[in-house]
Amino acid sequence: MATETSKRPNTLFRNLNAKIASLPMIFTALVVFVGGTVWTVVYSFTNSRLLPRLQFVGLDQYERLWSTPRWLASIENLMIYGVLSLIFSLTIGFVLAALLDQKIRFESVFRTIILYPFALSFIVTGLVWQWLLNPDFGVQHFVRGLGWETFTFNPLYDQSIVIYGILIAALWQGTGLVMCLMLAGLRGIDEDIWKAARVDGIPMWKTYIFIVIPMMRPVFVTTLVIIASGIVRVYDLVVAQTSGGPGHASEVPAKYVYDYMFSAQNLGQGFAASTMMLLTVLIVVVPWAYLEFGGRNKRG
Amino acid sequence: MNTFKAAIAASTLLACASVSQATDLEVTHWWTSGGEAAAVAEFAKAFDATGNKWVDGAIAGGGNTARPVFISRITGGDPMAATQFNHGRQAEELVQAGLMRDFTELAEKEGWKNFVRPVSLLDGCTVDGKIYCVPINIHSWQWLWLSHKAFADAGVPVPTNWDEFVAAAPALEKAGKVPLAIGGQPWQRTGAFNVLIPAIAGKETFLKVYQDKDEAVAAGPEMAKVFKAADDARRMAANSNVQDWNQATNLVITGQAGGQIMGDWAQGEFQVAGQVAGTDYSCLPGLGVNELISVGGDAFYFPIQKDEAKTKAQEVLASVMLSPETQVAFNLKKGSVPVRGDVDLAAANDCMKKGLDILAKGNTIPDPPRLNTEDTNNQLNDLFVEFFATPSMTPEDAQKRYADIIAKAD
Repeated sequence: MATETSKRPNTLFRNLNAKIASLPMIFTALVVFVGGTVWTVVYSFTNSRLLPRLQFVGLDQYERLWSTPRWLASIENLMIYGVLSLIFSLTIGFVLAALLDQKIRFESVFRTIILYPFALSFIVTGLVWQWLLNPDFGVQHFVRGLGWETFTFNPLYDQSIVIYGILIAALWQGTGLVMCLMLAGLRGIDEDIWKAARVDGIPMWKTYIFIVIPMMRPVFVTTLVIIASGIVRVYDLVVAQTSGGPGHASEVPAKYVYDYMFSAQNLGQGFAASTMMLLTVLIVVVPWAYLEFGGRNKRG
Repeated sequence: MNTFKAAIAASTLLACASVSQATDLEVTHWWTSGGEAAAVAEFAKAFDATGNKWVDGAIAGGGNTARPVFISRITGGDPMAATQFNHGRQAEELVQAGLMRDFTELAEKEGWKNFVRPVSLLDGCTVDGKIYCVPINIHSWQWLWLSHKAFADAGVPVPTNWDEFVAAAPALEKAGKVPLAIGGQPWQRTGAFNVLIPAIAGKETFLKVYQDKDEAVAAGPEMAKVFKAADDARRMAANSNVQDWNQATNLVITGQAGGQIMGDWAQGEFQVAGQVAGTDYSCLPGLGVNELISVGGDAFYFPIQKDEAKTKAQEVLASVMLSPETQVAFNLKKGSVPVRGDVDLAAANDCMKKGLDILAKGNTIPDPPRLNTEDTNNQLNDLFVEFFATPSMTPEDAQKRYADIIAKAD
């Protein structure tokens, strides 16, 4: 679009209408997103309680944050949840996509079924899985009813494994989307590559791992960012499934932010926690932006 | 189609007509359990009788869920006409920011100081010498509710104090009962613990910890006893898998649980279930050890309105809430004690009379939420949620963290 070389020296007034039309959006982005972020970071250094006020207390809020067991537990949970959710949703998503790519019958039916959970909100997903994992009504009850009297499966009531119960629900909800993205990536691979690989006698799994996946790099990077941002802001799923319990075993940072900003009436503490979350997102997004936009010149 | 339009037009006219006569006031609160809803209906009835209209804005899920909604509506410039808060520091900053209406004039005209008892309730509403809220009931946390059926099933006598209750726990467990029902909501755990303090360690310790924020006492031997008792409570409540307080109360009502530490608002639930104090259930103020009750409760705050008519109607609502008839009707349903000292409470049941007696003797302590900020309360909630859910957390560890929170509180 904009790559054709300009004949007139002043590029500022080209496509003036389009530029004027985009002003509101630019304004919104600057004021709401950037402005709001800066405001939050500034107020995280104050002792604001119910209402924001500019009394700076230095790093007090951050010191308190990092000495709070609940916050530390939240971070730990997010790490476990994040790493596992990244690995599993990419693997499962890719395998499902590869299976669907085998020119099977009723592909669109399977695709719809697998993508369908993504249409549900996290709240609904959380409630559904709360019931499924409830020992008195769900899977455990069902299996015991079949005759295995000692079968035990109640992740939501066991502190040491509750985070996996949430992971199951999240994977059920999210892998469909990953699969679709991967499928689109697979469809973008030239048929000739497959033919050439077949002529060379390379087994299918090797073709996938050594040829197709490296070619799908852009799709993987995009998927990674989508999953990662979803991980950092996970909140509603936890609220619906366990409300952070038992104890603090399934607390997540976003929930800490909400609780301290609103129910504890301590904005400063909430802002400090959300600034830490922003930092996490930046750590994820900056390398991505570098890979996506910085790398373009090299590839030409 | 024409008839449809006519109907719409007619209903619009009707709506306009009714607005010109009466003022709609939206009142928000978090009373949604059976007993609570019955009580708030009394307010609505009394207010509607003045020719105005009560628009009910109940928010389910308890104060922790409802308060953020109230606050964001008030600070966001869409204030309701009146809203519930607990006395004390919850609405402190909203008042300081000038978002709440000053009721000093009306209070002087009607002489609130003369009949509100104890007067300390009005102090909770007072900021810089001005009255900003209407106290409507007295609630106390320090009650142990016991199910006679559960103890009969277990074959042990109904305990008369906390120690007997702890001793009876194994028998209850053997009979398949949950000895102590505590819901999963964080405030219930903290609440139960705050009840244990005055009961086990006495009034002095309680005041030193929460009023003076004395770290040494919080870490001291008296509080260690309280943590020991909390450890007992944790063991006894290990199997209570309910969330809301009224579900926990229901376990006691149906005899599935031996008892519950809960405020006197639980009484409303027993009443709705048709149970009789003394024969179906017992109540032990101060856990039967130290008969002290806290004086806290609910109050209504009135955010400043732009509409003249609504401002007028707010005064009517405030008077209605404090009128003797409404006070009695509301509090009997709610299970709380009226804030007026001059009303007839012949209809009060056994438990309520016990409460009134203690109140008359002046054996009262301030309510913890009045002494702590919501921030401190939340930190305590976090601690006790962890403590009650983690059997491996020792009482000593918990006490250390408790003392830390008290030391940093303001």
